[in-house]
Amino acid sequence: MQHTISVLVENEFGVLSRVASLFSGRGFNIDSLTVAPTNEEKMSRMTIVTRGDDQILEQITKQLNKLIDIIKVIDFTDGSGVERELALIKVTAEDESRAEVLRIVDIFRAKIIDVTPKSYTIEATGNPVKIDAILDLLRPLGLKELVRTGAVAIGRGAKGWKG
Amino acid sequence: MKMNGARIMLECLKKEGVDTIFGYPGGTVINIYDELFSFKEIRHILPRHEQAGTHAADGYARATGRVGVCLATSGPGATNTVTGIATAYMDSIPMVIITGQVPTPLIGNDAFQEVDIIGITRPCTKHSFLVKDVKDLAMIMKKAFYIARTGRPGPVLVDFPKDVQIAQTEFVYPETVEIRSYKPKLEGHPRQVEKAMAMILEAQRPVVYVGGGAVLGNAAEELTTLCRKLTIPVTTTLMGLGSFPENDPNSLGMLGMHGAYCANMAMTNADLIVAIGARFDDRVTGKLATFAPHAKIIHIDVDPTSIKKNVRVDLPIVGDVKDVLTRMIKQADKLKDKVTEFKTAIAPWQTDIAGWKDKHPIGYKNSTTVIKPQFVIQKLRELSDDDAIISTDVGQHQMWTAQFFQFNRPRTLLTSGGLGTMGYGLPSAMGAQAAFPGRQVITICGDGGVQMNIQELATLVQNKLPVKIVILNNNFLGMVRQWQELFFDKRYSSTCMELPIDFVKLADAYGAKGFSTSKPGDVEKIIKQAFKEKGPVIMEFKIAREEKVLPMVPAGAALNEMVLNA
Repeated sequence: MQHTISVLVENEFGVLSRVASLFSGRGFNIDSLTVAPTNEEKMSRMTIVTRGDDQILEQITKQLNKLIDIIKVIDFTDGSGVERELALIKVTAEDESRAEVLRIVDIFRAKIIDVTPKSYTIEATGNPVKIDAILDLLRPLGLKELVRTGAVAIGRGAKGWKG
Repeated sequence: MKMNGARIMLECLKKEGVDTIFGYPGGTVINIYDELFSFKEIRHILPRHEQAGTHAADGYARATGRVGVCLATSGPGATNTVTGIATAYMDSIPMVIITGQVPTPLIGNDAFQEVDIIGITRPCTKHSFLVKDVKDLAMIMKKAFYIARTGRPGPVLVDFPKDVQIAQTEFVYPETVEIRSYKPKLEGHPRQVEKAMAMILEAQRPVVYVGGGAVLGNAAEELTTLCRKLTIPVTTTLMGLGSFPENDPNSLGMLGMHGAYCANMAMTNADLIVAIGARFDDRVTGKLATFAPHAKIIHIDVDPTSIKKNVRVDLPIVGDVKDVLTRMIKQADKLKDKVTEFKTAIAPWQTDIAGWKDKHPIGYKNSTTVIKPQFVIQKLRELSDDDAIISTDVGQHQMWTAQFFQFNRPRTLLTSGGLGTMGYGLPSAMGAQAAFPGRQVITICGDGGVQMNIQELATLVQNKLPVKIVILNNNFLGMVRQWQELFFDKRYSSTCMELPIDFVKLADAYGAKGFSTSKPGDVEKIIKQAFKEKGPVIMEFKIAREEKVLPMVPAGAALNEMVLNA
């Protein structure tokens, strides 16, 4: 089962490699990983999408917590968080397919951010399932290049991560 | 007062109560060595190889319970420490490893003797630091020691660039340390402790299974008190030996691959296993699917990741083993009547266990013509002091030591359990002897492992460290040979050490004493003579070449499927 985990980390030397090396060393999967600073100066936040059964997820959470630089680990799998991902998609758009691409972009409330006579570059945001869906529709038209940020997630409700 | 980084490093060590370090000089630590030259509060021991220095710091830590410290230069000096660091990491030994590093402007330039030692050691350290600014040094050292010794202990590496060693700043050692992202849970949850005692007192066939955590957590006394109060059977892992006296009638000895028949049968038939500071390693559980099929499991450990990693757990207690056991003793005292009932209720179980003990005790067939290794171990126990510290290398002699030496006190066995590092025995004994100059320190090795760090004879002689080195010589890499005999049709591929070594001459070359014999009748005499010597001694016993370690649970077999005679 797929899980989205937020990992709050000290902005210290080598923290990303500690996390990455934990996953590779113990044979855990990473479907996506993003990391960037937060509103707190010395803290960064990683969002990791991973998969495994309950026992593996328990180990992943515990092993992450064991790393010295990790402040908090939040597992959003029970629907307690909202997830978003951004994708930049370069798609072939010539003659009759140009209109079809625009229709799809419109339906998904995506944006065209670059255009040439032969292509469109699309910016799409949404939860990862929505990104998968737009890609499924664009693929037959000719996907030239794709970049996804990986999911980011935040808890629902009024409380911040500190509770 | 303003000082350079090198001096601040030494002042920090002094503040942490470090009296001995094991180190090897080189280009990027030469400034530290220059400061050491006039710094008399710290004794520096020069091993002949950085790996040995790291094992020595490890042996020092295991024997004393304090943090072991070693020092190496950048590049090859640093990479030579890796085996020692991994050994300490697998057995949760508190250590601080200081490595020199090329000057910060050169990091990443493939400079002379540059290596990314933090990257290399990331998977085998508890944590690591790169000192980029001399102003951070004191706090980094404070944190390094704090992290190394608290929670589940482990090695911490401090990578220390040369320019930072030269840079000057005011030295102020922090009084306290606070790491918001590191707060080990030490107190066992009172409600969980109550539940655990209730489960124990309801059990009919309970076993206490103790690992190295009880030794590292200094909980041997509490463990012994509780188990004696309950008269509950106790088995230990290799790392747990010494935490519960093996001469106690309720001791089942070691369990697992080369454990006692009664211990493995008790685990298989138990209705309750109380795991204390142990991690259900594959050498202990055998085939997981058939491990302890009837038992509920209580697991007490300071490290949450150990719980439910390999086996299901019915009642987890995260906390310092000493604290949890102290609470359990109090709880047992509150429930005196129930404890009395419990003792009666487990009597039939104790009879079962006694039956297994009688049926297949740990034993061997002695000989008047060839030396049996087990006989040497028994003689060593008989003739050594009660508080003698024993270190071992890895292989058959290690298992024979575990089976036959009878450990009754904690921190008297130093052995590489998790990583299984050959070459560990001699240097770890050196570290223990440096910590306890007045105690008997004996290392029991095979002819294979002893040669992996044999150069340390020089360190022993030079520093007057009177370690007694026992070599059980079968001219084989015996444990692998045993596997080849049992599972590979006696095809002894590369396990015969064909060149006979004259260990007496070798001892002589280093200025140590050497004895050698192949006669069983000489064993006692040589041991007695060696123990009288003031300096280091090699005792070589040429043993029965194809003697096996038995019983044995073949890898992947169930714990009760033991090979008893082969």
